[in-house]
Amino acid sequence: MLNYLISGISLGSVYAIIALGYTMVYGIAKMLNFAHGDVIMVGGYAAFCASTYLGWPIPLCILFSMMICTILGIVIEKLAYKPLRNATSLAVLITAIGVSYFLQNIALLIWTSNPKAFPNMANFIPAISLGDTTISSTTIITIIASVIIMIGLTLFTGKTKMGKAMRAVSEDKGAAQLMGINVNATISITFAIGSGLAAIAGVLLCSAYPTLMPTTGSMPGIKAFTAAVLGGIGSIPGAMLGGILLGILEKFAQAYISTQLSDAIVFAALIVVLLVKPTGLLGKKITEKV
Amino acid sequence: MGKKVNFLGKTNKNSLKGLINFGIIIVFYAFITILKGAGGLTNALEGQLIPICAYIIMALSLNLVVGISGELSLGHAGFMSVGAFTGVIVAGAMKYNGVNANAPRLIVAIVVGAILAAIAGILIGIPVLRLRGDYLAIVTLAFGEIIKNVLNCLYVGIDNAGLHFSVTDEAHMDMAAGGTTLVRGPMGAVGVAKASSFIAGIILILIVLFVIQNLVNSRTGRAIMAIRDNRIAAEASGINVTKYKMIAFVTSAGIAGAAGALYALNYSTIVPKKFDFNTSILVLVFVVLGGIGNMTGSIIAAAVLTVLPELFRQFQDYRMLVYAIVLILVMIATNNEKIKALWKRFSAIFSKKGGNVNE
Amino acid sequence: MSNNPNETKYVEVPGPGKIPERDKGKRPVLEASHLGIDFGGLTAVDEFNIAIGATEIGGLIGPNGAGKTTVFNLLTKVYQPTRGVIMLDGKDTHGMNTTQANQAGIARTFQNIRLFDKLTVEENVKIGLHNSIGYHLPSAVLRLPRYWKEEKKAHERALELLDIFDMADLADVRSASLPYGAQRRLEIVRALATNPKILLLDEPAAGMNPSETEELMNNIRKIRDTFNIAVLLIEHDMNLVMGICENIIVLNFGKIIAKGTPIEIQNNPKVIEAYLGNSGEEGEE
Repeated sequence: MLNYLISGISLGSVYAIIALGYTMVYGIAKMLNFAHGDVIMVGGYAAFCASTYLGWPIPLCILFSMMICTILGIVIEKLAYKPLRNATSLAVLITAIGVSYFLQNIALLIWTSNPKAFPNMANFIPAISLGDTTISSTTIITIIASVIIMIGLTLFTGKTKMGKAMRAVSEDKGAAQLMGINVNATISITFAIGSGLAAIAGVLLCSAYPTLMPTTGSMPGIKAFTAAVLGGIGSIPGAMLGGILLGILEKFAQAYISTQLSDAIVFAALIVVLLVKPTGLLGKKITEKV
Repeated sequence: MGKKVNFLGKTNKNSLKGLINFGIIIVFYAFITILKGAGGLTNALEGQLIPICAYIIMALSLNLVVGISGELSLGHAGFMSVGAFTGVIVAGAMKYNGVNANAPRLIVAIVVGAILAAIAGILIGIPVLRLRGDYLAIVTLAFGEIIKNVLNCLYVGIDNAGLHFSVTDEAHMDMAAGGTTLVRGPMGAVGVAKASSFIAGIILILIVLFVIQNLVNSRTGRAIMAIRDNRIAAEASGINVTKYKMIAFVTSAGIAGAAGALYALNYSTIVPKKFDFNTSILVLVFVVLGGIGNMTGSIIAAAVLTVLPELFRQFQDYRMLVYAIVLILVMIATNNEKIKALWKRFSAIFSKKGGNVNE
Repeated sequence: MSNNPNETKYVEVPGPGKIPERDKGKRPVLEASHLGIDFGGLTAVDEFNIAIGATEIGGLIGPNGAGKTTVFNLLTKVYQPTRGVIMLDGKDTHGMNTTQANQAGIARTFQNIRLFDKLTVEENVKIGLHNSIGYHLPSAVLRLPRYWKEEKKAHERALELLDIFDMADLADVRSASLPYGAQRRLEIVRALATNPKILLLDEPAAGMNPSETEELMNNIRKIRDTFNIAVLLIEHDMNLVMGICENIIVLNFGKIIAKGTPIEIQNNPKVIEAYLGNSGEEGEE
């Protein structure tokens, strides 16, 4: 029981970090970046290559992975999404799906579909024993990392000038522009931060589940979006809460109901949440302008 | 300044557009029949004929949702699989009960498959259609995954007492001796009593075209398109938004179910994994490449993109990569404001249409 | 110009206001009392009271951001009011959505034009006619005689309505490619097609030149007289408002600051102050 709870929180922490990326991009660019999950996968491969082929030390691998993903995020935004700034959400979403498939298939060509054994990069502190349950090093690091990231992001959006600009853009793009905020730059930075976080999520995810494939990111990506919706899209604590709840739900469903049906249960939860409270647990109600 | 509009003249124009689609399908059938007669049809290509029909129907079905209703469904393969497995079970049960002729089995399988998929469409539509845009898309995706997961656990068999179901394993179906297993969880439907044929596929396409085109050119179709163009204005004009979105969604789901039954009854084995997210995306590629809202485009794109990979097997690895690039480029080319303005200028040069609108 | 509106005599109705004398004995088509809405603790409209006679042309004016469009959104149930009652042709609209409100007899146009861009002019009008076209999906799919009959009727009716603004020629044009003024007129035709008892026009003269505005005024009167309906309009063009409205409500900061005939309004010091003290050019809410 405690075991499942802990592994649920650990998995949920990874979802939370990914969900933060979704939530920020959704809040500011008002788009569902479907390719976010695949940026995680690229982050995983970047760290894997730096470590396995180049033999770099772990911190450098993680930094390298974050750098690659940040650049990738900015490039994706500039090439694929920026031309569609005023297009319908249907057009943007289809493009994002295209980007997602593009990344997966490029990865397939480069690294093939054979799973790569990912070296654990998150085991540099000792495990903790709680009675007959052991909390692994990776689990502890994952949870700590997600908490630090959440606090950091909350401070960033609340206190810094850039963070305030982001909030302004998310409220009203036009007004923000009139106040002298560079909307395009703000959106780019949001993508950069979200993608950098995706790299961390990638490393943590692959450290806990060490098989790396081109499709590694897609399922966690979709589930993390579910988590973001569950917590209330646009809300940083909401993403965290949604992620952890979803992780626990998934682990408990696997343990007590059916491994095969656990995904179905997670998605059913999404549908129920959207039915009962479409704005999510911590989301704000949005009134449509007429 | 303009011309007086003549009622009959106008409807003739609309039906003419529809007739073109019927023409394309009939010409396609004639061409394939002649090619086959002349021995010009390779085995590989012949094996693709029924899947082509099924994918054309899928593309038409998805285009009804994406193009006419303006919503993105990412779970259309889910409806296809409901139709496929229903069709397999129905056709299998009929065969078990001594109906050996293909035509009645196929017809009943398609009809029941379509009905069950439409029911699934209603069940999904109730929660989903209250949502807007991206949320709707992601929930249809979730739904597709749920169906796949559930079918992966589904066991169905038939004996003299009738159909037996189980969600755990074969033994739990409690079948009497002499019964036949029709669906075997993740292994899917095995020993399917094949019943599909190319001509059946062609007829089904024609029926689907008839239904969709007549739906679109009616007060119902106009209401659906009005909601797509401006939901609030549609509401203010007295249109019941949920009802008409539901009509489009459920019709589309039913058609996808029919396509699924046609598709499944062409193979002796069919697994749930066949109808995953990738299949939904594949159909979306047909719709996007053929032109969102353009039924003729969907037909051509579905046919060409199903045949091409067969002809260029050596490029198999690049297939999905190319599709991904196609999705991105087509969306940017058709939605970027600068490029759109450029198109407008082009078409203004080449046609005088709309030039007489200025007062 | 005949029919000088300034000569209209008014009678009090129980509740929210007064209506033209010629509508006496007929139920006011629209009555709202104590209407208000809050957005997240912020009161956008408060204590809004109105009564509109069955064939009255009313005006709603006020500085930018005064809450005029919000009032329209409340009356058409795009927003659900936080407080107050709206009676439409004697029916309480409580619990109705926008669709039901339209079916109960209120139609509107929008300040930022909302046409069905990809549909033709005629199809836009046919959307307005939707609820009066009498066939169902099966007749359409099977193309039964009923479909042909009803579609022919709808087509003729659409052209008839378009003729009010001399737009029948444009029936086959895609609505998005119409010039601005024609788009505004098409919105009015579409709203009329829903067979309303009251028509709300949100800045119908925006972007029109004086001669177009003059024509619009005549058309609004023509609509009132042919269809025997009431009209309530938001407008910044004072010539139009003063020339056509029989009764005017002035809104500022979400509250009614004056009510009366055009002459009364023109001489009301509170109105003059609201306009002069607040002549900002920001967009409407």
